[in-house]
Amino acid sequence: MATLIDLAESPVRELNQALHSTAATSWRVLNPRGAHAVACGIREDHTVDVEGHVGYYCAGMNQHATVTVHGNAGTGVAENMMSGTVRVRGNASQSAGATAHGGLLVIDGDASARCGISMKGVDIVVGGGVGHMSAFMGQAGRLVVCGDAGDALGDSLYEARIYVRGTVKSLGADCVEKEMRAEHLAELAELLKAAEREEDPADFRRYGSARQLYHFKVANMTSY
Amino acid sequence: MCGIVGLHLREPSLEPRLGALLTAMLGQVVERGPDSAGVAVYGDPRLSPPGRAVVSLLGVTPAEAEAALPGAVAVAADATTVVHADGDLLAAVSAALPHATVIGSGTGMAVLKGTGNPVGLAESFGLAGVTGWQGVGHTRMATESAVTPEGAHPFSVGPGQCLVHNGSFANHATIRRELRAQGAEFDSENDSEVGARYIAHQLAQGADLEKALRLLCERFDGFYTLLVSTGDSFAVVRDAIACKPALVAETAQWVAMASEYRALDVLPGIENARIFEPEPEEVYVWRR
Repeated sequence: MATLIDLAESPVRELNQALHSTAATSWRVLNPRGAHAVACGIREDHTVDVEGHVGYYCAGMNQHATVTVHGNAGTGVAENMMSGTVRVRGNASQSAGATAHGGLLVIDGDASARCGISMKGVDIVVGGGVGHMSAFMGQAGRLVVCGDAGDALGDSLYEARIYVRGTVKSLGADCVEKEMRAEHLAELAELLKAAEREEDPADFRRYGSARQLYHFKVANMTSY
Repeated sequence: MCGIVGLHLREPSLEPRLGALLTAMLGQVVERGPDSAGVAVYGDPRLSPPGRAVVSLLGVTPAEAEAALPGAVAVAADATTVVHADGDLLAAVSAALPHATVIGSGTGMAVLKGTGNPVGLAESFGLAGVTGWQGVGHTRMATESAVTPEGAHPFSVGPGQCLVHNGSFANHATIRRELRAQGAEFDSENDSEVGARYIAHQLAQGADLEKALRLLCERFDGFYTLLVSTGDSFAVVRDAIACKPALVAETAQWVAMASEYRALDVLPGIENARIFEPEPEEVYVWRR
């Protein structure tokens, strides 16, 4: 039986303190109404269902917990996540999964600009499209986009891997399309399965770093 | 930071609630801009009776305004005095009250501004009791110029026009010089005022609002989410990077825009609204 917390009656701080101080259990959060920092900083194996739209930084710094937002998420959902699973049933605003080190972020709808900016190991699966400059400076992890990607995808990319099923409006500096080999199809199939998606891995293209901008070279000046 | 809220009503039966809804929206973006606030309201019969010319002023009391302007009625709203009268009120104000700062003019629209906490200001404006068909509001976190009533948004520099801005323009000094060379006069050192004057200039040259905003995107560098309103329109535009937040919600009863979802959540029927983020450098215009 999930513990019910109604944010119309108690503040977010009480919710987060309760999530930080109790052993793993189930939680249901009502009336988030766009509040910031809902279910942030969890370090237990909780299951948290948030019934409605959330504001900034929902499930930020998450470790171990499974947080599901039954609505849309504002800026920076699951930012700096370390492990666990965060799922957004609706759309996510900019910088979803920013700087996240691990875990799985699933966005069933669209994600806007800078999805996965500076990602450091997180896996992100987006059911819809992503906005411009997604995976900007992504260092590690995988970004899967079942819809289309906006301008400057993977700009200044390090070692994050990107899979896109739809069209890519433009690639960012040092991001290139790469061959889809058997190991990539296999890891993509695993990611889609983990995200409970039905898409066929064969319909995706792979993008990654051309590795030309890692170190400053004056010859690359115009590309920085 | 700064917070933006705006509400364009399509359903006349909601008009008595415009001010109450705008107050609730503004209350949700206080943390984004706690140093000052302002609103523009379209269609309130007390502030802007039909057919009367309306001028919103800083730097004069209602008693001074009524004494200097025969036939005018002055309404106090925090630091602002809203004056309405028949005839060319703007010219009468320039002649009789040269020391006053005009922060809005036209028919059917009043601009209210002040410094301090936005919730207290809304109360001091009497905003909850305001009625009308359209309203925009702004909570300011000052970055480019001082915290004064003049520096608060909206910037209203053409008849019935208003601009509120979240962000900062990088090349505003250059554009201010160009506009000054073409005869524009400025009331503040604020970067957003330059945006408002640029739009007013384009509209005066014959551009429609959509074109004026497209030209602004070409000419201005920097960060911006803008909500621009006129006597019949409600428009939103964001810069190419689009890091300043914006959400639009639309129902058959209203169109609303805010910096954050929580400001939209207070609106009736939000659960059935179409909610989206405006795309970068795309101009959205809704007309009455």
